[in-house]
Amino acid sequence: MKKHTIAVLVNDQPGVLQRVSGLFGRRGFNIESITVGTSEEAGLSRMVIVTTGDDSTLEQVTKQLYKLIDVIKVIDLSANPMVARELALIKVNAEPAVRPEILGVVETFRASVVDIGTHTLMVQVVGDTEKIDAMIELLKPYGIRELSRTGVTAMIRGNARP
Amino acid sequence: MVAQNATLKSKEEIIEKLKKPEVISGSEILLRSLVLEGVECVFGYPGGAVLYIYDAMHGFSDFNHVLTRHEQGAIHAADGYARASGKVGVCIATSGPGATNLVTGIATAYMDSVPMVVITGNVATTLIGTDAFQEADITGITMPITKHSYLVRKAADLPRIIHEAFHIANTGRKGPVLIDIPKDVSAEMTMFQPVSEVSLRGYNPTVTPKKQQVDKLIKAIETAERPLVLAGGGVVYSGGHEELFEFVTKSGIPITTTLLGLGAFPSGNELWLGMPGMHGTWTANMAIQNADLLINIGARFDDRVTGKLKGFAPHAKIVHIDIDPAEIGKNVPTDIPIVGDVKTVLEIANKDVKWAANADAWRAQLAGWKAEKPYSYKDSDEVLKPQWVVEMIHEETKGEAIVTTDVGQHQMWAAQYYKFNQPRSWVTSGGLGTMGFGFPSAIGAQMAHPERTVVSINGDGGMQMCAQELAICAINNIPVKVAILNNQVLGMVRQWQELIYDNRYSHIDLAGSPDFVKLAEAYGVKGFRASNKEEARAAWIEAMNHPGPAVVEFVVNKGENVYPMVTQGSTIDQMLMGDEE
Repeated sequence: MKKHTIAVLVNDQPGVLQRVSGLFGRRGFNIESITVGTSEEAGLSRMVIVTTGDDSTLEQVTKQLYKLIDVIKVIDLSANPMVARELALIKVNAEPAVRPEILGVVETFRASVVDIGTHTLMVQVVGDTEKIDAMIELLKPYGIRELSRTGVTAMIRGNARP
Repeated sequence: MVAQNATLKSKEEIIEKLKKPEVISGSEILLRSLVLEGVECVFGYPGGAVLYIYDAMHGFSDFNHVLTRHEQGAIHAADGYARASGKVGVCIATSGPGATNLVTGIATAYMDSVPMVVITGNVATTLIGTDAFQEADITGITMPITKHSYLVRKAADLPRIIHEAFHIANTGRKGPVLIDIPKDVSAEMTMFQPVSEVSLRGYNPTVTPKKQQVDKLIKAIETAERPLVLAGGGVVYSGGHEELFEFVTKSGIPITTTLLGLGAFPSGNELWLGMPGMHGTWTANMAIQNADLLINIGARFDDRVTGKLKGFAPHAKIVHIDIDPAEIGKNVPTDIPIVGDVKTVLEIANKDVKWAANADAWRAQLAGWKAEKPYSYKDSDEVLKPQWVVEMIHEETKGEAIVTTDVGQHQMWAAQYYKFNQPRSWVTSGGLGTMGFGFPSAIGAQMAHPERTVVSINGDGGMQMCAQELAICAINNIPVKVAILNNQVLGMVRQWQELIYDNRYSHIDLAGSPDFVKLAEAYGVKGFRASNKEEARAAWIEAMNHPGPAVVEFVVNKGENVYPMVTQGSTIDQMLMGDEE
């Protein structure tokens, strides 16, 4: 089982997210994360989906996606040198005594504090999945109140060709 | 038959009139667009959300509308029409329950790649999402069982959407497309601008194959000692039966045709081995298991064909020709994939294909098996055997009828004992296995081919799932000949309970079903009953000679099983052969 990051260029039509996610569901393909937003072209959206499975699963996912009329292009980003990023907001318990420690972690990760409450800090961290996982591990001992991750968005590097 | 409307004008006149841009309602746009797509026959059922559409149809004579007695009847009829004619089947239903009654029929068409355009009404756009009266999210409900679907937001989009829908339904791997039209959209007045171009960036099926892949196939045939063609519904759908005949007879490669491929190759030809799979011939299954080259032409390696995948065609190099790339490698690892339209692929292959010179011993071996182990059953003079009935129907119709079936034992017997010689003469729900399909699909097939004999073979179970459509046969004088093989039991379930569930017969008794002769006559359809061979042939001949629709109930024996049978989880060479003679 391998993790694959794929980009799906789709028509920006009502129901298109349902078509794509429904396809994954009914064919038994796993979705680890899915992000959707506008693309460089008006009328088209780009979805970035992280899925797990062997190579034949990926082949089936790709072929089945192409069968959707609203799907324009499917690219296996992770088969290429790529940049993958996600953003997480982490609300962590932070009594005044431990704040310097937490700020130390935040600084090391080049993350930032985006909100300060009486008993909590909200930390924003951007990076690849491993970096965010590591950050969460380090903040766990303080008590994470709330965690929200965007899921991965990704792109092939400038000099690589899909 | 439904009388062609006397006021029907010449086609050209109609088209010219219809193309004129003018301000009309969404409903009128729909009707005009359907005519411009060449629609001649629509099956439907009105209701609140399609009242504007039916209002526009008042006095409309540019296509036939057949009012069924249930939406399920309408969609199966549209399906039968499409399968028998190769044209797009069209049906109309209202919102909510009207639309949800179509679901089984849409899934049936989707599984068997049948081109259909399904039109549903919906509540007004202002009410969508409010759980309004008769509201159902039919585009959402049918997303997994349609090739594509549209929820129309404004009437001005209708010409484009309808044109796209017909294009999508009837190109590439064919399938049903749903158009959901809210009531206010069907009422909206707008300028009608006919659309004749399609621009779909995300839809461009590969028709012409890569030449080097076809070359690989040709090369593989040159060296093969035990080559075999496995042909499926894709041959019929692409219109490639003549090309298939040329390919097979030029190469001398023996051929087996799947359930949906019956008729794609003439059954009388010596190279034809019959159907493969769960109830296939001994020879076809053994041929697959012994082949060193298996050329799949437009079939999808369905589990009823392959049996246990591990151990399927263990010695064969696999070639797979399919218009849908997602089918290739889905179930069976493929050595030579060829993506393209079957007819086009075979046209190209036929330029180079030569007699498979190393396969003489193989051909002789298969011919021997075929002669030695045909389908067989123990005939009887005491009880009427269902297999005999099918053979008799085959004889009396000279093998030239369009045969539709329901699902179960009678379906398999029809597939085994009716020998097809031409495509689009066999209408059966293969993928979804939909009971209730057999009879209404025959109505559609007859509408498509008024001149041909259409026979619908049913069981006593499935016949009761759509019997209400007898009404439209009688009213419109649609002369379908309905055979009911009545064994008073859900036969295929009984067979599985006998063989796999240790004779524990659970809820399969259909005794006490209505008297089918009286049922037919209640609808104004001629009814016959037969319990022995003599009666059976006499009743059938009389039914055939009757100018209108007729139902013949054949009282057949209860305990008959379909053989050969490959039980689930076995490889296809593990066949139960039953009590052969």
